Amino acid sequence: MRKRILLVVLTLFTFVSLIPAEAADLTAAQIVEKSLKEFYYQGKDMKARVSMNLIDKKGRQRKRTLSILRWDKENSAEQKYFIYFHKPGDVRGMTFMVWKHADKNDERWIFIPAVNFVKRIAADDKRSSFVGSDFTYEDISGRSASAETHVLKDTEVVNDRPVYLIESTPKEVIDYTKRLSWIDRENYLPLKEEFYDAQQELYKVFTADEVAKIGDYPTVTKRTMKNVKTGHKTEVSYDKTEYDLNLREKDFSERNLRKPPRSWIK
Amino acid sequence: MMKKNKYDWKNPLLFFLLFTMLTVSGYPQLLGEERNIEINGYLMGHFSGRLLDKGALDDEKLEKDSDYLVGEERLRLDIYGWSDEIDASARLKVDIFNNEITDESDIDVREAYVDYTTDAFDFRLGRQVVTWGAGDLLFINDVYPKDWHSFFSGRPLEYLKLGIEGFRTRYSSEYINGEFLLIPFFRPDETPTSEDYYLFNPYALVPNQVEEKPDATFDNLELAGKLYRGLGGFDVAVYYYKGFWRTPSMKVDNPAMPTTATSFYPELFVHGASAQGNLFGGIVSLETGYYYSRDDRNGDDPLIPNSQMRYLTGYQRQLWEDSNLGIKYYDEVMEKYETFKEHLPDGAPLPKEHRDTVTVRLEQYLRHQVWQLSLFTFYSPSDNDSLVQPKVSYKFSDNFSTAWGANVFGGEKDEESEDPTFFGQFDKSDNLYLTMRYDF
Repeated sequence: MRKRILLVVLTLFTFVSLIPAEAADLTAAQIVEKSLKEFYYQGKDMKARVSMNLIDKKGRQRKRTLSILRWDKENSAEQKYFIYFHKPGDVRGMTFMVWKHADKNDERWIFIPAVNFVKRIAADDKRSSFVGSDFTYEDISGRSASAETHVLKDTEVVNDRPVYLIESTPKEVIDYTKRLSWIDRENYLPLKEEFYDAQQELYKVFTADEVAKIGDYPTVTKRTMKNVKTGHKTEVSYDKTEYDLNLREKDFSERNLRKPPRSWIK
Repeated sequence: MMKKNKYDWKNPLLFFLLFTMLTVSGYPQLLGEERNIEINGYLMGHFSGRLLDKGALDDEKLEKDSDYLVGEERLRLDIYGWSDEIDASARLKVDIFNNEITDESDIDVREAYVDYTTDAFDFRLGRQVVTWGAGDLLFINDVYPKDWHSFFSGRPLEYLKLGIEGFRTRYSSEYINGEFLLIPFFRPDETPTSEDYYLFNPYALVPNQVEEKPDATFDNLELAGKLYRGLGGFDVAVYYYKGFWRTPSMKVDNPAMPTTATSFYPELFVHGASAQGNLFGGIVSLETGYYYSRDDRNGDDPLIPNSQMRYLTGYQRQLWEDSNLGIKYYDEVMEKYETFKEHLPDGAPLPKEHRDTVTVRLEQYLRHQVWQLSLFTFYSPSDNDSLVQPKVSYKFSDNFSTAWGANVFGGEKDEESEDPTFFGQFDKSDNLYLTMRYDF
């Protein structure tokens, strides 16, 4: 019995010593904060061609292709997003703009080319599905670290990479009650996330399937969100990703929403 | 009756269009390696059947005796070309369609324009759709032509809007944006006619029916302007329009024994404003407009609408995941109502001074947006009439989709005057429609 206790204590020590000095200084909240920054705020700005594959449990596929551009305000959580839909045909040419604010509701507009109309849309639905996929708006544009409380549970290895395992609990009642994230200890990208529902059952799993270095920035270029309860999943691939294009805040305007520059959507 | 196939000058044009399209898509090398042209479109079938009990109709007959309001196939071609050297592009959006009810094929040029862009200006010349204002199917500053027949028979929403033929200049800067339109060729609304709808038409028996559209003179040039910018989290705009009412007024040559009924479009000026922004966890919209009916500025001509004030308040928010609720209240106030009443001929229908409308839109996406359920309701408390539009859309795949829905009109006659109300007059034109579409 004593031996067993000793073993447990030793094991615990080993694990604690595995947590690097740097992390010992970082609280769980700081790790999450840093991870969100690396995942959603990489570079000064960004542009990518995004392909989404929505696959139902019978294997039937639906595809969405979009161009996405992002601009970050310096020393602030504020961002601006622009999205242009290439496919499918019934939404071709539709554009979408988000001004993400730190302290108030985001502002969102959609441009409907068929009637040449810009419409403001309500933005209190961060946990709603993004274009019918398994990803929510928040999964695409990021959440605030302060919306959850975080506890560092463990350190592990995922895909041969040492990671932090963090358990986060939303402060408000939303679709998930608990989120586990496995965050790369070196580049702070989330490699895996599990979402648990009100019954404390696992219902959604995020995986970073491919990480590539683009310029100086490690980037998750392929990712999947799977709803394990319905069997539906969405695979997303970020292609032609570019950073630091010197986009300006004023580029995220109604003018460009109605008529995006060709260089944005090529 | 034998159906006849109609041939006219449009057929060679149609052939040319198809030929060009096939050539371009089949032989991309004709346009070089980097072909700056895109062709997209869809094929759509749309059938709308009347929901009516024929026994309930007394002796009323339609000019087209059909149990279908619409039966048609449409091929949409959207041809878009652009230059890499200069910031210019061109677009042709055309529908080649076959009307099964009349057995006629025709083409419908939805939009055809050329764009040129400089640092601060975007120019567009040609037939183009323009949509202004903050209304959701309640229009104040959107003074541009609409096809109400399409709307009442369930065609996709984009068919409600008709293109204007004109020249647009847009100015954009960080401080103020502006849009200016010159419209030389007047295009009226497509209003439901007694050809397709069981309508109350007091002029139905007049032998000659004439339409007098404003001539394409410089004096009649329609002008419109809009200045807009963001202000304290709101999108704010002011509007101006000089032109004509798009729904016709009617006059007869001799009221006692009319031989000719003329529809005409009186002059109209509109000054308006709108604001839209995030408030109360949703989107709040406000819009107003003063309709100055210059040809009847004193309000004493019963044939021409009086001037009006129009107001709109709206609120839209999400109820739960993938849902949307929109509520709007609209009020239209007739100016110089007493004068109007004094000059109204005996026995003529008396419109109300205030006409208000409440609309409610409910939308719900299901199963990763494969299904969309929507319900749109117009109800006018002042007129006690209504239109209910339920609709279910389903996407078989990325390319194939279907929608079915209904247009149900309500409100028969005004209690006091016995006159038919606006939606009430369509009561015998309730319809159920089915649309199927393939996008390419």
